[in-house]
Amino acid sequence: MPSTIVTEEIELIHSGKGPGGGDSSGDGGNGGDGDGGRGDSSGATRVPQRAYVTGMFIALAGILMFFMAFVSAYIVRKDMPNSAWIPLQGPRILWLNTLVLIASSLTLGRAHNRFKAQDEEGFRHWWATTTFLGILFVAGQIIAWRQLAAQGIFLASNPSSSFFYVFTGAHGLHLLGGILALLYVQFRATRKVARGTAIEVVSMYWHFMDGLWVFLFLLLYLGR
Amino acid sequence: MSSHAHTGGSTVHAPIAEPSGFIRKYIFSVDHKVIGIQYFLLALTAVVIGIVLSLLMRFHLVWPNATLPFVSGGQMSQEQYLALVTMHGTIMVFFVLTTAPQGGFGNYFLPIQIGAPDMAFPRLNMLSFWVTFLAFVCIIAAFVVPGGAPISGWTGYTPLSGLGEITGPGEGWGQTLWILSISLFCLASLLGALNFIATTIDLRAPGMSLMRLPLTVWGWFVTAILGLLAFGVLLAGGILLLLDRSAGTSFFIPAGLVVNDQLQAHSGGSPLLWQHLFWFFGHPEVYIAILPGMGVASHVLSTFARKPVYGYRAMAYAICAIGFLGFMVWGHHMFVSGMSPYSGFAFSVLTMSIGVPSAIKTFNWLGTLWGGKIQFKTPMLFALGFVSLFVSGGLSGLFLAQPAVDNMLHATYYVVAHFHLVMGVAAIFGIFAATYFWFPKMFGRMMNEPLGKIHFWFTFVGAYCIFMPMHFIGIAGGIRRYADASAVGFLAHLQPVHEFMTIAAFITGAAQLFFLCNFFYSLKFGPKASKNPWNATTLEWDTDSPPPIDNFGGHYPSVYRGPYEFSVPGAVDDFIPQWQEPAQVARVK
Repeated sequence: MPSTIVTEEIELIHSGKGPGGGDSSGDGGNGGDGDGGRGDSSGATRVPQRAYVTGMFIALAGILMFFMAFVSAYIVRKDMPNSAWIPLQGPRILWLNTLVLIASSLTLGRAHNRFKAQDEEGFRHWWATTTFLGILFVAGQIIAWRQLAAQGIFLASNPSSSFFYVFTGAHGLHLLGGILALLYVQFRATRKVARGTAIEVVSMYWHFMDGLWVFLFLLLYLGR
Repeated sequence: MSSHAHTGGSTVHAPIAEPSGFIRKYIFSVDHKVIGIQYFLLALTAVVIGIVLSLLMRFHLVWPNATLPFVSGGQMSQEQYLALVTMHGTIMVFFVLTTAPQGGFGNYFLPIQIGAPDMAFPRLNMLSFWVTFLAFVCIIAAFVVPGGAPISGWTGYTPLSGLGEITGPGEGWGQTLWILSISLFCLASLLGALNFIATTIDLRAPGMSLMRLPLTVWGWFVTAILGLLAFGVLLAGGILLLLDRSAGTSFFIPAGLVVNDQLQAHSGGSPLLWQHLFWFFGHPEVYIAILPGMGVASHVLSTFARKPVYGYRAMAYAICAIGFLGFMVWGHHMFVSGMSPYSGFAFSVLTMSIGVPSAIKTFNWLGTLWGGKIQFKTPMLFALGFVSLFVSGGLSGLFLAQPAVDNMLHATYYVVAHFHLVMGVAAIFGIFAATYFWFPKMFGRMMNEPLGKIHFWFTFVGAYCIFMPMHFIGIAGGIRRYADASAVGFLAHLQPVHEFMTIAAFITGAAQLFFLCNFFYSLKFGPKASKNPWNATTLEWDTDSPPPIDNFGGHYPSVYRGPYEFSVPGAVDDFIPQWQEPAQVARVK
C-alpha cells in the first residue's frame, strides 16, 4: 500500500535541484506497517509511525540529561570538603530488585519477538509477565525504603541518604509511567499509534529504564 | 490509502474536520496555529508586566524616596526593589524571550514552513502550552502570597533561595512558587522541544531536505535541541532546591551558616553546585532566546533585500555551532566564584570561540544586504535593528569573556547592559520583526506601516539610550541590584546618567503603545492581506491568510528548491517559491 508513496516521494526529491536531497530519502521507507498517515480517509491520523519512535529517542535523551544532572550533583556533593558524607549501606533487597528488573527486560524482549512472530497468545503472556516483574520491582524498592526508614535513615538524615531517595524516587516514578504504558498496551487499543509501534516505543522506554537503574545502582554501590 | 491521489506534485487529502465549539476551537485546541497564538498572547501579557516592573525599578533608582500609591508604607523598600529585579528577570527570560519566539512563532510557522499539517504530537503540544500557562499563574501568584515576591534574582542563587522566610520577605511562599513555576516551565519546555524535534525530523514535505529548510526552521530546531538538553538539568536542580527548602536536605546549603543570628541546621552542601546546575541550563537558555531571532533576521533580511541569504550552508552550520558551544561555556558566569584559573581559562577560550560562528552570521547578514534592492518595510527595519543590537551587545561579551576583565566588571551594570542588548532587546527585535512580518499570515490583515516605522525608531533609539550609558556606569563601578545607588559615595555623581536612562526608558516604554494600538487596530481594521504580500518564497506563503485548519486546504506542497531563491538570473519574477515546479517557473526568453 505505501510503496506507491515511497516512489513518488523519492522521485520528487530527485527532480528537485539543489543539494541534500538524500537527507529525506528515508521518508516513508520504514513506515511500512500501518502507516495509515497521509491520505487516511478519516483525516485524523496523518503522523507517520516513525515519528513516535523518533519522539521516544528524543524523550529518552531529555530524561537522560535529567538524571545526569542528579548524577553530577551526587559526584560533586560527595567529594565536597566537610561534606558530612556517611556512606550508605543500601538494603540487600536492592540486589534482588535489580535482578527482577533485568529479568523484566528479558521477558519484554521475548514478548516483542512473539509479537513479531504474530503469536498473540505468547505476546500477551510475556508482556503480562513483564508488567508483573515491573510491579514486583517497584514493590521491592518500597520495601527497601521501609527497611531504611526502620533503621532511622530518612531523606534528610545524610546527603548520601538524600541522594539515595532522590535517585530511587525519580527512577521509580519513571518506572511507574512505564508500567502504566505496559498496562495500556495490554488492555486498550491504541488509536493513532499502530500496535507494533506502541510495542516498540514502550520497549525502548522500558529497556532504557532498566539500563538506567543498573547504572544508578552501580553508582550507589561502587561510588558510595 | 483509497483517497490518495496525486496531482501536479502535491498530494490531495481529505480535509481535517474543524472542531466545533468555542472551547475546543480556541481554548483547549490541538491546532498548532491556535497554540502558537496562545503562546504569543501569553508572552504579550508577560512582556507588559515585565516592562511595568522595569519602569518601576528605573523610577526607584532615580527617585528612591518618592511616595508611591500602591506600595504599603508609601516608599518602596530595598527588599521590594529586589523583588522587582527578580520578577522582571524571571518573567522576561522565561515567559517572554523563551515563550514568544519558540512557543509562539515556532509553533505557528515551523509545521507550515516544512509543509506539515500540524505538529507530530498535537495533544502534547496543547499540554505544553497549558503547563506553561500554569507556570505563569504560579509566578504571578508570587506577588500576592504572604511575604510577596521572591528577592533572590532570576538566578535564584543559594543559600539565599534555599532557606525560607528567614532570609527575607518573599523567600517563604514567594520563593517556593518561583521554584514551582520554573519547574513547571521546564517540564512544558521539554514537551515542546520533543515535539519540535520530532516534527522537524519526520514531518517534512517531499523534497524538503535539511539544506532546503528556511533558516527560521534551523533556528527553532536547534533551539529545541538546546531546550531538550538544558531544561531537564534545571528541573533536577529545582527539585533538589525544593527538597533543601522543605525537606531539610543539604544539597546546596553549607554547614555552619548563620542567618539573622540563627545557626542553620544544614551540613556540607555546596552553593556552587546550584550555580553549576543553573548555568548549565542558563547559558543555553541565552541561545534559546536568541537563535530563533537569528533565524527570523536571516529570513526577513533575505526577503526584503530580494537576495538569497549569503552563505546559506555556513548560516545553518553556524546555528549548530553556536548551539554546540553554548553547552560548554556556562563557567563564564562563575569566574568570580573562586573557580580554578585553569577552568576559567578553558571557559574563557571556549566563550570567545563563540565569536567565530557569531561573526559568520553577522558578516553573512551584511553579505545578504550587500547590493540588494532593499525594501525598508517595518519587519526589515526590525531585522536590521536586530543585527545592530546583536553586534553592539555581542562585542562587550568579548570583554566579559576574559576572567581578568570580568573580575572588575562582574555584577556591575556593564553586565546588565551587555545581556540586555544582546539577549534582551535583540531577541525582542527578532520578535517584533517576526510579528510585523507574519501578522498578515496569522491574522489575514496587514499592519499599518507608518505606525510600525514610528514604533521602530522610538524603540531602536530608545534601547540604545537606555543601555549604552549603562556600560559607563558599570565601568565606573556601579553595582547591579543596589536599590539606591545615590547612597553610595563614589556612585552619587552618576545619578544624572541614571536619570537620563530612566527618562529614555519611560519614553521607550510609552512608544510600545504604538505597537499595541497598531496590533489591535490592524487585527480588526487592517487592509486584507493576500496570500503572499511580501513576495516571499517559503511554504507559509503558499496557503491562505490565515491558513485553513490543515494548513494547506487539503493539498500538500512539494518542495523543489532552496528557501531563498530571490532575483534568480533568467527568471521573470524576482522570487521563485519553494513550491513552484521547475517547469512552471517563468523564464526570460
